[in-house]
Amino acid sequence: MSVTVEGLTKKFAPGGRPAVHQATFTAPSGAITTLLGPSGSGKTTVLRMIAGLEAADAGTVRLGALDCTRLPVRERGVGVVFQGYALFKHLSVRRNIAFGLEVRRRPKAEIDRRVEELLALVQLEALGDRLPDQLSGGQQQRVAFARALAIEPRVLLLDEPFGALDSRVRVELRTWLAELHRKTHLTTILVTHDQDEALELSQQVVVMNEGRIEQIGSPDEIYDRPATAFVAAFIGNANVLRGTVKEGQAALGAHALGALGSAPEGSAVQAFVRPDEVKLARADPDAPAMSLGLVEALTRIGGFVKVGLRLPSGERLTVELGKAEFEALSVSQGDRVLVDLGGAKIFVEDYSI
Amino acid sequence: MSALPFTRRAGVLPGYGLSLGITLFTVCLMVLLPLTALIVKASGVDWSDFSTSITGPRARAAFALSVGASLAAALVNGVFGTLVAWVLVRYRFFGRRVLDALVDLPFALPTAVAGIALATVYGQDGWLGSLLEPHGISVAYTRLGVTVALVFVGLPFVVRTVEPVLHELDPKVEEAAATLGASRVATFFRVIFPTFAPALLTGVSLAFARGLGEYGSIIFISGNMPLRTEIVPLLIVTKLEQYDYAGATAVAVVMLAVSFALLLLVNLFQARVRRARGLR
Repeated sequence: MSVTVEGLTKKFAPGGRPAVHQATFTAPSGAITTLLGPSGSGKTTVLRMIAGLEAADAGTVRLGALDCTRLPVRERGVGVVFQGYALFKHLSVRRNIAFGLEVRRRPKAEIDRRVEELLALVQLEALGDRLPDQLSGGQQQRVAFARALAIEPRVLLLDEPFGALDSRVRVELRTWLAELHRKTHLTTILVTHDQDEALELSQQVVVMNEGRIEQIGSPDEIYDRPATAFVAAFIGNANVLRGTVKEGQAALGAHALGALGSAPEGSAVQAFVRPDEVKLARADPDAPAMSLGLVEALTRIGGFVKVGLRLPSGERLTVELGKAEFEALSVSQGDRVLVDLGGAKIFVEDYSI
Repeated sequence: MSALPFTRRAGVLPGYGLSLGITLFTVCLMVLLPLTALIVKASGVDWSDFSTSITGPRARAAFALSVGASLAAALVNGVFGTLVAWVLVRYRFFGRRVLDALVDLPFALPTAVAGIALATVYGQDGWLGSLLEPHGISVAYTRLGVTVALVFVGLPFVVRTVEPVLHELDPKVEEAAATLGASRVATFFRVIFPTFAPALLTGVSLAFARGLGEYGSIIFISGNMPLRTEIVPLLIVTKLEQYDYAGATAVAVVMLAVSFALLLLVNLFQARVRRARGLR
């Protein structure tokens, strides 16, 4: 079942900046849609309004064809996995999972059967009688999933589901969630600030910033063709370089990049280039869009090397090279290298306020 | 998991031996010694005197009133104390700090002052007494009056034990219950109540224990009529005033035994609940 929100707006403090402003998007049926943004971007508020935990000031929420903007939470039939799990600590794993069925007064036999199925689905068969506090974080998170799935929800809403876990467990659970989704095909909306999570798990990404939607697209579109300067900077931890428009190109120190067409001469531009998109070379000074950078720092991190460069303009640039690539380049601290910013994304700054 | 009594669990803070020593010493000196003296004194009492002192109609009536009124007051406080704690924790409103401070007042007020105040308010000509009297409800000089005084005295015990637990209750847990289809009533009884029930039991039993021992606030409002509104502590004082030391001691020992047995029972029950929830 698809989820459509239209013009969704929420203001917490009267007169203040809206937490969510005119959010409109559709989460397609059977897919994982991610709401991605930094903290305070309004992504969790959007999720809470879809769940019915927060009342929208304006706009509508539809589940399939059903307008449920005014429908109370308990009648929406949405499964929510909360940040920090919010398990019932006084109930066993089994009773946690059974909760939604018990309050619906389903027959005992049906509840028991369903709980066993779900325990198997989340691979916790042996731990059904434990209390939540006796489980690891990852296990608790799987109980939270099973509890949400027990009511056979129309959609699954996940609020930073892996937020509180250590990085290895996060990555494991990501794979597990992808697998779970392949089995259930539930329309899923995932809120996260972790772009890796968004890019790996979702079919559609909605990037949010300061209560507004910046871009909606597939993970590849978001990564390869960022629509706004914010998205370009946010996705891939891009380096930011500032310059001006000169003769239809972005002039960044010695670099001249891109074809900006009608941009007015002298406007400020921002260029975003990801650490793995910069190319470094020792020779060939005739190549386009190149200039010299001073190697200030070299940090080896496992299989790759982080190179800290200073450009002639004084701006700093972080570059990541594979270990083999770095060895082929063979530079050391204090060397000057040719910098190719060809992969940079250019945005002419919006000066019309 | 199951630690033997007195086995040491190594911790960050030193001083296990010293602190346990001081604890035992204090408990012995301040609690056990006077109680032992009481029991020694009682053991000197002739058994037939002892049994007549505690099984006489006057003593039986006093025990029934003390236990009954304390229990009733503790239960009333269980309901309203929880409500007060909930309001203090969950809502922000004008005057909340004042209300918060008011709750503690019964702790601080000399209980005799409370008794006089209650007797004034609930007396036949008092603010409330004059309103209730025409409807046939008299509070002053009745068992109801005793209960009202105990409600007043016991309220902070429930509020202050339940409050911290409610404070730590994650609103997300209630939201989770709602998304799973639970009504507000179901959310309360299935999720919220079980969380604070152990604390509530502690608060109610503390209020109950306080009620058993309460003296000052009651003697002004109860009228102290033997067989009707006489509480156990007053009976003890009366016997002392009549130089009936043996009788006073006998009643006191029974009171002590009842209180201790009840508190022990509550504590054991608490321990069981905690174990069942995987807490230590």
